Amino acid sequence: MKIRLDAVEKSFDSFRAVRGVSLEVESGELVALLGPSGSGKTTILRMVAGLEYADGGSIHFGSVDATDIPVRDRGVGFVFQHYALFPHMTVGENIAFGMKVSKQKRSKAEIDARVADLLRLVKLDGLGNRFPAQISGGQRQRVALARALAVDPKVLLLDEPFGALDTNVRRDLRRWLREIHQELGITTLFVTHDQEEALDLADRVVILNDGQIVQEGTPEEVCRQPASAFVMKFLGDTNKLKAMVTSGVAAIGNARIEAPGFPDGAVDVFLRPADLDWANEGEGIAATVVRVIDKPSGRRMLAVTETGEAVELDVAPETVVTAQQRGVVTIERARLFSADQPTSRLI
Amino acid sequence: MSATAKIKRPPRVGDNPLFRTILIAVVLVVTALFIVAPLAVIGFHAFSQGWRFYAATIAHPDTLHAIMLTVVTALIAVPINTAFGIAAAWAITKFDFPGRRLLLVVIEIPFSISPIVAGVAYLFVYGLQGLFGEILADADVKILFALPGIVLASMFVTAPFVARELIPLMQAQGRDLEEAATSLGASGWRTFFSVTLPNIRWALLYGVVLCNARVMGEFGAVSVVSGNIRGQTNTLPLHIELLYHDYQTAGAFAAASILALLAVVTLVAKVALERRGAGRRPALAAPVAVLTENAK
Repeated sequence: MKIRLDAVEKSFDSFRAVRGVSLEVESGELVALLGPSGSGKTTILRMVAGLEYADGGSIHFGSVDATDIPVRDRGVGFVFQHYALFPHMTVGENIAFGMKVSKQKRSKAEIDARVADLLRLVKLDGLGNRFPAQISGGQRQRVALARALAVDPKVLLLDEPFGALDTNVRRDLRRWLREIHQELGITTLFVTHDQEEALDLADRVVILNDGQIVQEGTPEEVCRQPASAFVMKFLGDTNKLKAMVTSGVAAIGNARIEAPGFPDGAVDVFLRPADLDWANEGEGIAATVVRVIDKPSGRRMLAVTETGEAVELDVAPETVVTAQQRGVVTIERARLFSADQPTSRLI
Repeated sequence: MSATAKIKRPPRVGDNPLFRTILIAVVLVVTALFIVAPLAVIGFHAFSQGWRFYAATIAHPDTLHAIMLTVVTALIAVPINTAFGIAAAWAITKFDFPGRRLLLVVIEIPFSISPIVAGVAYLFVYGLQGLFGEILADADVKILFALPGIVLASMFVTAPFVARELIPLMQAQGRDLEEAATSLGASGWRTFFSVTLPNIRWALLYGVVLCNARVMGEFGAVSVVSGNIRGQTNTLPLHIELLYHDYQTAGAFAAASILALLAVVTLVAKVALERRGAGRRPALAAPVAVLTENAK
């Protein structure tokens, strides 16, 4: 089922949480709404579910205008951040709840068979008689998903589905959700503030800030062509250095970056730690090492440039470097944004 | 560190042996003097003239009528206040509306106001010289010095009991469960009976038990509006006072023992409910688990 939002608006008191958001999610697609807290992503999800009503604009499911259909009749599966499992019901009863209250009558045997199927799907066979308090957080999240899937929803909506879980459990569940999505092919929209989760899981990522969409595209598109300094910063660790452009070339220290199309004057240069390297001498930005942090994949260096700007760079694990050492930060890739016109150039 | 030094040290911070002994002793003495002794005296005096006298006092038509009136009042006032308490707690915890905080304070007024003030207020509203006095008299509706007045006064005094028990719990539970039930296709009633009610049942029962105890024992407000007509508008607490003023000490204590018995039954019911609630860990532990995860 295709979801289409058209100029959707929502305010809480005087706070404009969502400002004219238009978005299309194709049938069977897995899309992430990514943004910092307060960016309106959860509000959008709750409006798609019908848990909040839009102040303006429309929401279509396929060709049906769902804007005013109450949540009860909207046919969505919603998975809550804190699971919202019914604590007084067993896992099996939780999953069966939607089928029991449905207007479409099912026999008890039918419901039991479906519950067993769903428990198998979420790999919780044999836990049907436990209470939610007796299973782990990851298991609860899987029960919540099974419960949402039990009513054959047209779309599946997940609010920060893995937010309350350990990193390892989270990674496993992500892969597992991806598998389930491939198996069922149900249109899925999920909310997260974790860019790694969005890039790992989604077919397409919608990045939000201040209630508006700032960029949408495949993980590759948003990573390789960030539309603004905000997207660049939000997607991962970034260094921001000031540079001066003269006739299409930006200069930082002794480093030169081509800046075609940028007018002469100040420009912001954004660099990922992995876009930088360290050398004892050569063409680059003279800097002093402040600290070296060792990680399993390499070494993260914290340094200060001649002009007093802090820089972080990731170097190979073999790099020999210590604090207080002087050297040069070399630039392999950079992205330029001028403050007034958010155009970007990859060099 | 030598062993002797270890013994001198208190086992925990703030656990000074002398202080501990004194504190426990003071609490025990005060409890014995102010709570246990009077209760024991009731039992002692009630039976001071023997079983027969006790049975005769209870079987006296006026006493029986007082017991009946008290039970009938509770049977009317408690269900109404339970419904009111659930509605109030629901409205306050699940909806946002202007005046929500004010309502929370207003509901608690009966807790802080003297019951006799409530009684006098009812007198001014429903009494012959009161606000609706003439209209009520013309319509031949008797509220004061009759059952309706007693029920109204009791309801005023016990209005906050159920709501007070439910509000903190329902606040902690939030709206997620109801939203989940609705998104799964449940109707409003179905959501209330299948999801909301089971999760508040122990707090609700406890509130009902407390409310009932207070309705049966209420003296001040009821004494103003009932008119103390023996065998007609005397509830059990009023009857006890009447017997006492008639110098029927043993009779007063016998009637009082019934009220005390009701109190003990209430207390036992409360403890049993708490046990039951604790025994059903799965039903109660989950909100706590959710809270700890929030804290992470």
